[in-house]
Amino acid sequence: MQNSSCPVQAVSDRCSLSELESSEGASIVELRGGHSFRSRLAALGFTPGTAVRMVRNLSHGPVIVTIRDTRIVLGREEAQQVLVTMEGHDDGSTSS
Amino acid sequence: MMAVQAARPIRIALAGQPNVGKSTVFNLLTGLNQHVGNWPGKTVEQKTGTCQLEGVVFDVVDLPGTYSLSANSPEELITREYIIKEKPDVVVAVVDASSLERHLYLVSELLPLAVPLIIGLNMVDVAEQQGIKVEPHVLEAALGVPVVPMVASKGQGIHELLARIQGLVCGKVHYVPNVPEIRADHKEVLSSIQSLIGGCVPPSYPLGWVALKVLEGDKQLTENVRLCLSKEKWEEMQKLLKLHEDACVAVAGGRYEWIARMIRAAVVKPRSGQITLTDQLDRWATDPAWGLLILAGILGIMFWLTYALGSPAQQWIDQNIVHALAAATARALAPLPPWVKGLVVDGAINGVGTVVSFFPVLVIFFVVLGALEDVGYMARGAYIMDRFMHLLGLHGKSFLPLFLGFGCNVPAVMGARVIESEHARVQTILLAPLVPCTARMAVVAFLAPAFFTAPTLVSWGLLLINLMVLAVAGWVMSRVSKGEHVAFIMELPLYHLPNLRTIALTTWQRLQSFLRKAGTVILAVSVIIWALSTLPHGNIDSSFLASFGRLLEPIGRWMGLDWRMIVALLSSLVAKENSIAALGVLFGADSQARLVTVLRATLTPAAALAFLVTEMLFMPCVATLAAIRQETNSLRWPIFSVLALTLISLAGGVLTYQVATWLSRW
Repeated sequence: MQNSSCPVQAVSDRCSLSELESSEGASIVELRGGHSFRSRLAALGFTPGTAVRMVRNLSHGPVIVTIRDTRIVLGREEAQQVLVTMEGHDDGSTSS
Repeated sequence: MMAVQAARPIRIALAGQPNVGKSTVFNLLTGLNQHVGNWPGKTVEQKTGTCQLEGVVFDVVDLPGTYSLSANSPEELITREYIIKEKPDVVVAVVDASSLERHLYLVSELLPLAVPLIIGLNMVDVAEQQGIKVEPHVLEAALGVPVVPMVASKGQGIHELLARIQGLVCGKVHYVPNVPEIRADHKEVLSSIQSLIGGCVPPSYPLGWVALKVLEGDKQLTENVRLCLSKEKWEEMQKLLKLHEDACVAVAGGRYEWIARMIRAAVVKPRSGQITLTDQLDRWATDPAWGLLILAGILGIMFWLTYALGSPAQQWIDQNIVHALAAATARALAPLPPWVKGLVVDGAINGVGTVVSFFPVLVIFFVVLGALEDVGYMARGAYIMDRFMHLLGLHGKSFLPLFLGFGCNVPAVMGARVIESEHARVQTILLAPLVPCTARMAVVAFLAPAFFTAPTLVSWGLLLINLMVLAVAGWVMSRVSKGEHVAFIMELPLYHLPNLRTIALTTWQRLQSFLRKAGTVILAVSVIIWALSTLPHGNIDSSFLASFGRLLEPIGRWMGLDWRMIVALLSSLVAKENSIAALGVLFGADSQARLVTVLRATLTPAAALAFLVTEMLFMPCVATLAAIRQETNSLRWPIFSVLALTLISLAGGVLTYQVATWLSRW
């Protein structure tokens, strides 16, 4: 097991944003869900390749993340629609 | 040239993302020379105002705060339609220097609209505190757009901003904006769409921009184009769009890449990992346990202020102003026929008095609300309460409006504007009247000690009943009518010191809008109720109101209440605390102490409890109904609210009376 919350899978180490633990960093891979949801998130800066850091993730309820110097609250279902990769973001201290 | 400029006001539109301090800039510019209304046909606040600099008049419009210009929300539609159709002389894009990247996103959307743009680089001080250095001149050179550094909270940069606006309008500024282009991999599809929709673009909309929005999947513009396009062309375009379904994300990504190039030379950022004040405060404010405690503390202080300052002030105004005015007017009108005195004193002055006596509580609530908004706390409260609001099928954002209802239901209904989804907003508005307001608690505070040995316990019990009914109603509503799932996406703004001027101005605006909306309605209904209670014979016992009360007496009997109690309930329609005044008149009691004695002799405790339960759950007062009508833009919801709450409150009253009577036999 790697020291990360992304379950190691055969193909890649993609996981959903909601699976990150507090203070873990990752980078956005893909947005899922409806068009207006993706469009809103993209405008806020959730575009592929962008660094994102989990600020607070309790086991339930909404999560708080930091992206492009902004703290954003996302409902858990919303965070599940954001796919991220942990590659090169072991400690979350990397920034663009 | 100057003479021409002075003759015609320069029209400025302020654009910016939420939490950027745009209202502060607007308030600095216009001060009290502003008008708050609604955008035509929308429940989005419209603020307009004027200001002057060296003889030049500026007309300022504060556009709603938006993150982008897609058609995802009414705010975004209003902003882009205003800019495209009204063509202001200058659009000022207010951006936050401490998170420039994200704030320039809106700028990257504004530039293709080909309207003269100036960037108000706000919060330069906050950025410096975080070690972020922005070079305005470098940014200006990169964007080709004037950039004015500002600290709006301290009034810095406003004159400079106006001077640059004037310079731009007079043509003194060399204005060659650097308009972002679409990413190379989408260039081809964009030009295909552009050639397909040529001739099908609404007047005054730039063709290239519409094509880009259609590619992004913009519902409104795509529909517009569909209505005009031939079937073949439409199908061809659909095929293209299907192939580029990811375009909305790709185009946004392209804009951010452009932004990164623009700011590369202009912004020096410290290494990340620095802990800011906001991070430190949020460690507590968003902690599941501490956050709840902090929220409870803030709300507790708000309650305490309401009761410690608001209620005494309310009584003082009532005694020293309203009653004094009523007495003086009554003396002055003594020579005239008695109905004149009745109309003026019991009708009009009573109505005005009700409105005025709301003021202290409203001021306290609006000030606290304004301060919480300005400091940046509101979003934290919404985050903390999200898990509880989910039980009602709502988001965290519904919590604060509902909470405001404890002061007065009117600001609660108006406060529901912060909720984006129409469905959730209507549901929050309909639940708001179930939150017991101070006026209802005043009725309870008067009657409970008269009938019960433990009045505090009864008061808490009644409050709890209301909240339980609210929870059940919310649960039922979310099951009966499932709105589409609306994403919970919310920015947590940086904390900053409250700006007293901003808080004072928002409080003043909200009071004004309460006065305009509620004041006239309360006054009118007060006069009508007075007329119904006097006509046709001049006394209440044989009045229309009494006949109506007697008509409803059969229902009252199930609750142990006679027609007078029913009339007291009905008179709470003007304002909840009117019930007590009505009882005083109906029972011919000239003082509150006497009223208590008479009521004790007439009512059993079970009936008194039934009355209180009904009063607490009864239909909203007219001010609230007017607000519901205004905010939902329909008559359907106020009518629904009246019917549903009448049913619920009467059922509650009957149930309470029957159970209490049954229990008292044991």
